[in-house]
Amino acid sequence: MNEMIALILIVLAAGLLLGFTLLQRKKAPVFREIAAFTQLRRAIGLSVEDGTRLHVSLGWGGLQEAHGAATLAGLGMLRHLVELTSVSDKPPVVTSGEGVTAILTGDTARSGYKAAGAEEAYDPVTTRLSGLSPFSYVAGAIPAIRDENVSLNVLVGHFGPEVALLTDAAERANALAVAAADQPSAQAVLFAGLEKPLMGEELFAAGAYAGAGAAHQASLQTQDILRWLIILALLAASGLKLLGVF
Amino acid sequence: MRVLAAGVAIAFGLLVLAGYLFPLGTLLQVRLLLVQWAIILAAAAVVVGAFNLLGVHWKKIRTKQKDSALSALLIIALVFSACFGLALGPNSDFMRAVLDAVVVPVEASLMALLSVTLVYASIRLLRRRADTMTLIFVAVAVFGLLAAAPLPIGKIPLLSEIQFWFVQPFASGGARGLLLGMALGSLTAGLRVLFGMDRPYGGK
Repeated sequence: MNEMIALILIVLAAGLLLGFTLLQRKKAPVFREIAAFTQLRRAIGLSVEDGTRLHVSLGWGGLQEAHGAATLAGLGMLRHLVELTSVSDKPPVVTSGEGVTAILTGDTARSGYKAAGAEEAYDPVTTRLSGLSPFSYVAGAIPAIRDENVSLNVLVGHFGPEVALLTDAAERANALAVAAADQPSAQAVLFAGLEKPLMGEELFAAGAYAGAGAAHQASLQTQDILRWLIILALLAASGLKLLGVF
Repeated sequence: MRVLAAGVAIAFGLLVLAGYLFPLGTLLQVRLLLVQWAIILAAAAVVVGAFNLLGVHWKKIRTKQKDSALSALLIIALVFSACFGLALGPNSDFMRAVLDAVVVPVEASLMALLSVTLVYASIRLLRRRADTMTLIFVAVAVFGLLAAAPLPIGKIPLLSEIQFWFVQPFASGGARGLLLGMALGSLTAGLRVLFGMDRPYGGK
């Protein structure tokens, strides 16, 4: 039964995603403003202008685990950030906390430079595996925030409450931090620690707001439709329960 | 090459997905085999990551960057752990003692530092963003702490009951809402990779 529901949901989502992607090519949608993304766009421009560095942190999640989607969202964001900052003297430094993610990080950064026509600017030591456990990852990422002339930190991926140590390090280094995490505990911590936090599924909106293409925009529309369907299903189930149907 | 990589990723992704949705006979076997391969590849990737870490810190030493002495210490510790770990095995008494004496205390101290950082962030929150949501957030956090923490005066009357009837339903409802949103986001992110729209392996 569960497999059948999952199959229906996947087929429905796939149909919507493909349909909206084709429609996006004709007309781009308009999204509501999210303060953190507006702040991010401004900060990217400033970091390129004043010759400071961008730090992208993808957390310590891997792709072969349940929270791999958060890492995928981070990789999508990284690709566009690298492309946007490829003209800067200081290439972005990227930290991750899992072996496969670290390899994909290097590959993604390289393809970002290639798309910007600056493949020679890619330096493998700027994409790092900084630690394999939550706290060792944080301990390895803090020196990058503190010592490498970083003015903007983008933390997108799988984090727990230890992400507070990274946002605190950014604040101490007078650097801006824009962060989105998949764990509710990390989101609570980010709500307390950042001026403009990203909550819930805004993590997955990062690509669409960064201009990552029609598929990312179509994803947001698909999520909206599925969300409404789930709300209706929950209300219907509650109503039926109240009526004693089941 | 990029097309081949995308083709392999999509084909293997569909096979694993089919194995989850129809866990029968050959499909299940194929799914388990592919997942095992992925685990082996992930372990190999850690070794690649360790060499990357070595390269980063070696460059720091070579270019005499700030704290290069710490980088030297890291490389010595890395080589030491790798040599003794390979020679004695990760479950030997010596390696366990190293883990218990160095890694565990360092992580515990970071955990302690985290709690101080969180308290500090909560205090700054009211100064930074004093709006309704912030006040609700702080009030619920304080309320939850008072209801859950062991206090010297014992339990405050009615606090647990209020938490159970008023705070808990809103908190768990909100958390479920967040998790549903995350699940939908994960679903579409996975589908984008499955369709080759996102290629984190060097493509788009």
